[in-house]
Amino acid sequence: MLTQIKRNIVQGFVNFWRNGWVSLATVLIMVVTLFVFGSLFFSNVILTSSLEKLADKVDINVYFKVTANENDITDLKSSLEKLAEVKQIAYISREQALKNFQEKHSENALITQSLDELGENPLGASLNVTAKDPNQYESISKFLESQNYEAIIDKVNYHENKKVIEGLNLMIKSSRTSGLTSTIVLGIIAILVAFNTIRLAIYTAKDEISIMRLVGATNAYIRGPFVVEGAIHGVLATIITMAVFWLPLSLGRDNIILLFLPFSPIPDVSGVSTAEFYGGPDLFHYYISNFIVIFLLLLVLGIVLGVISSLIATRRYLKV
Amino acid sequence: MIYFDRVSKVYSPTSIALEEVSFTIEPQEFVSLVGQSGAGKSTLLKLLLAEEHPSSGKVFFESLDMHKVSNSDLPKVRRRMGVVFQDYKLLPTKTAYENIAFAMEAADKNEEEIQQDVPQVLELVGLMDKAWHFPSELSGGELQRVAIARAIVNRPDVIIADEPTGNLDPINTWEIINLLEKINELGTTVVLATHDKEVINSLKRRVITLEKGKVVRDEKRGRYIL
Repeated sequence: MLTQIKRNIVQGFVNFWRNGWVSLATVLIMVVTLFVFGSLFFSNVILTSSLEKLADKVDINVYFKVTANENDITDLKSSLEKLAEVKQIAYISREQALKNFQEKHSENALITQSLDELGENPLGASLNVTAKDPNQYESISKFLESQNYEAIIDKVNYHENKKVIEGLNLMIKSSRTSGLTSTIVLGIIAILVAFNTIRLAIYTAKDEISIMRLVGATNAYIRGPFVVEGAIHGVLATIITMAVFWLPLSLGRDNIILLFLPFSPIPDVSGVSTAEFYGGPDLFHYYISNFIVIFLLLLVLGIVLGVISSLIATRRYLKV
Repeated sequence: MIYFDRVSKVYSPTSIALEEVSFTIEPQEFVSLVGQSGAGKSTLLKLLLAEEHPSSGKVFFESLDMHKVSNSDLPKVRRRMGVVFQDYKLLPTKTAYENIAFAMEAADKNEEEIQQDVPQVLELVGLMDKAWHFPSELSGGELQRVAIARAIVNRPDVIIADEPTGNLDPINTWEIINLLEKINELGTTVVLATHDKEVINSLKRRVITLEKGKVVRDEKRGRYIL
């Protein structure tokens, strides 16, 4: 049993070497497949982090009347904090609001003068509320209306921002859907191409398989070298793919990955790196810090693809 | 040792390869199967190797019903039969030595046995100097001798040769037939399918004649009569 396995492994390497061009072509096709998967993986990273960034920028402000008691505001704040939807609340006191306002308009003499003239702080306190999901602003706003805070709340700016928030929600949703669709479609195409290449390579060996059967080799013994060869293809393809990713990413030209995808949600980013374009993640940094994970992911995919394709392809000629 | 019991093979109503064929082959016999192309010789050998299944009747190899042997046991039974074909059926990506060694590896023999036996059979067929040549670098006669070496290396009980001299010139034909006779003298049963009149007449061994799928003659010291 052990010698059989050893022979299978040795024979797998010998076959790989002797098949020369066929092996090379198979590995290259597999590189394309793994590259598609890697690109899908990276564009998901970009998409997710950009969408998160966008979603983080959305918030609502609750403005309080100048007369509002600070204790009432703290009450409201703590009851908001108990809501599951709320991610973060920032309290801006009247003094803070004034200070912010002054800083913002420090260049404008007219405004500074008017403020001085006024003598007292005309600004109310406010709460800045960020939800965990942009979809949840509606319910947070409803919550604020339903409570009896009319006496202290001046206005909630949700209604002004409603259109923008809803539009953004729609965009996020459709980007996620199109991202998922393109992942699935391209993934299936890539797998089929690799599978068929391996099948064709084994097709050329169908006479050999029948000879081996006649000489009295067991099915497992015949299959062994093909499976080993499939695994070798997977390993080599993974190494080459990792190298292929390294080059453009290290040059900051990570948009190459996005241009590779026809369904990419990004219309035209040629000449700009995604980091510049989005303020999103630096893909090269991401690639380096997740090198092991990406490598293992592609390796498993490559080996599984190679081995399973070989098993299915030989199955036909072994009549199992 | 080999027993065909009223074996028929029908591919379609208009294509009947074998019809109610029965015969017995004893151990250490040298049997020739003769008949025109399409008489059913190859079908008969394929049934014996369990490459195809009979439409009716049974094929026995010793006490084994060949068509009841499970898929997983079939390789073990096939290792007891050495096969030689008209088109050699050597593995093109392996050298002569590796082709022979492959049959031993498949039979789960260890390295020592392989290193000892392969040169021996190469010596027997006279190809020691061409051991590391690939099939594409060998002549027809040499290829067939490699195929015979592969067939005998596991010391099978029977050698099944399907038109082994069909592609060879007269001199190579005699060398192959002499080899088969030598193997038979060493105690191995030989079943030889051929339509070479000269070969049959000079062998003076048992001849089973097939015609249109039926056994028409079975003689102990037969001649080629059609």
